[in-house]
Amino acid sequence: MVPGILVFLEHHGSELQKGSLGVLAKAAQLGDGDVAAVLVGANVKALAAEAGTYGATKVHVAEDASLEPPLPQARVDVLAKVVREGGYDTVLFANSVLAADVAAGLAARLDAGLNWDLSDVALQDGALVGKRPALQDSVLADVGWKSEPRLALFRSGSFDATPAGGGEPSVEEVAVELEEHSRGAKVVDQQLEESSGPSIEDADIIVAGGRGLGSPDKFTLAEELARSLGGAVGATRAVVDAGWYPYATQIGQTGKTVSPKLYVALGISGAIQHKVGMQSSNVIVAINKDANAPIFEFSDLGVVGDLHEIVPKLIELLNQRKA
Amino acid sequence: MKVAVCIKHVPEGSLKLDPGSKRLVRSGEGALNQSDANAVEEALRLKGDSDTEVVVVSMGPEKAADSLRKALAMGADRAVLVTDDALAGSDLLATSKVLARVLEREGADLVLFGQQASDGDGAVLWAAVAERLRRPVVSQAAELTIADTTVHVKRQTEFGYDIIETALPAVVAVSDAINEPRYPSLKGIMGAKKKPSETVSLADLGLDAGEVGEAGSQTEVLALGSPPARGDARKLEGDANAAQAIVDYLAEKRLI
Repeated sequence: MVPGILVFLEHHGSELQKGSLGVLAKAAQLGDGDVAAVLVGANVKALAAEAGTYGATKVHVAEDASLEPPLPQARVDVLAKVVREGGYDTVLFANSVLAADVAAGLAARLDAGLNWDLSDVALQDGALVGKRPALQDSVLADVGWKSEPRLALFRSGSFDATPAGGGEPSVEEVAVELEEHSRGAKVVDQQLEESSGPSIEDADIIVAGGRGLGSPDKFTLAEELARSLGGAVGATRAVVDAGWYPYATQIGQTGKTVSPKLYVALGISGAIQHKVGMQSSNVIVAINKDANAPIFEFSDLGVVGDLHEIVPKLIELLNQRKA
Repeated sequence: MKVAVCIKHVPEGSLKLDPGSKRLVRSGEGALNQSDANAVEEALRLKGDSDTEVVVVSMGPEKAADSLRKALAMGADRAVLVTDDALAGSDLLATSKVLARVLEREGADLVLFGQQASDGDGAVLWAAVAERLRRPVVSQAAELTIADTTVHVKRQTEFGYDIIETALPAVVAVSDAINEPRYPSLKGIMGAKKKPSETVSLADLGLDAGEVGEAGSQTEVLALGSPPARGDARKLEGDANAAQAIVDYLAEKRLI
């Protein structure tokens, strides 16, 4: 087992993020049932019990109104204190815009090694070894740490967020005086995009549309198919840039990384920018009229054909099945 | 005002790893990292016609001077290259140490980064550099404006946008959605050769070889392997009953 693992838990509103819960569940396995988590924000204490069900035996809670804005540097202050005082030797993060900045800031603060973009971690001969896909995922590198604490940032969707059925964790409150530079940035406004339907990161099924849909109004095809399958709608950067669909649904290097049970790609060529955001999906079904589209190289079921003919028929068949 | 832009010279074409050192092969042709061109463009946009100085900074092999020259051709005023054999193999910690040191020396009001390095996929360096400089940091900037000494950033997140304000001096990492980088003009290319360009060594920065490169890194690559291949992939072409075939496949996989 690895002693002294700490997991950074990210929340949005009153919801713990699936990615960090997945990392927590993985840490609980590695730590042989003994793993701690950190919650930072306003009104976050109530989330500690949920962390317990994913394997946290102890939750450090830093709760203060000043910690509510989703900014990284105050979180570095909290984590640095918890790591030093708790003697933790390993700190794990699930990648996100926020968590990446927290992890790198903490690395500099503690002079600790950070391995990022990991897809897995394992114990090999008693040592912690990270798995890092590289060079467009043609290589899987084993990476290690030369000192403690060891910091690791995982691709989102690396681990399933499966409740381990743990008990109520012990809660330790953390009082932190923030560094001057951590108080500099202020969130003065937020424009949150409330997407209809389930959020794509939590969806088990995603139907994503690309340029091959032809025009913005054809996204209704993706939406209808998503409805028939009980899934959410995603989009490529090309169509988001073109204004066809909101940024909140963007999947890829500069959008979200998803790993649903089923990913249906409609008219998506499968450029590397998109691939890195969805390749860890369990089953990938692609429909594209170009037989040479790269997406077929990593699809489980590739269908070469006109999506405008196939998808309406597919929706009809799925709806018949449900009826 | 003084704006420093950190840029990376990345290998062009298909990337290769050296099996011995397990490092990326950097001896071939290289180019300015695409996301960093967005950061250079943003600095030039902020400069406009003002007397703001735009300094481009890079840590890398001697060839990184090519990418710095491109940034000068785009319109940057001055270039600083930190190069030293001892720097090879630097990880995030070691790299952030060197950049923080050279940035301290520059004393810029604003430090800009691009959102990602195309070679190692790194997208975290700015936060480590900001921590070492003890300055506020904002990443994923989709819009950036400066009024007096206050920086306003519209940050893209998974949930929408955060509007963030911070006082200068600050560190900002821009998203590649922030602008379309300009192409250097012929005049810019000719003029770049005459612009001040400085090469600094570790000793110039007061750093020791042991603090950087592999010696100063706390992470290491242990082994290189192949990722597991996908299982039983199927491909249908010209199938009139494609929709039914998809339904059957999803049923077989128990997805519907």
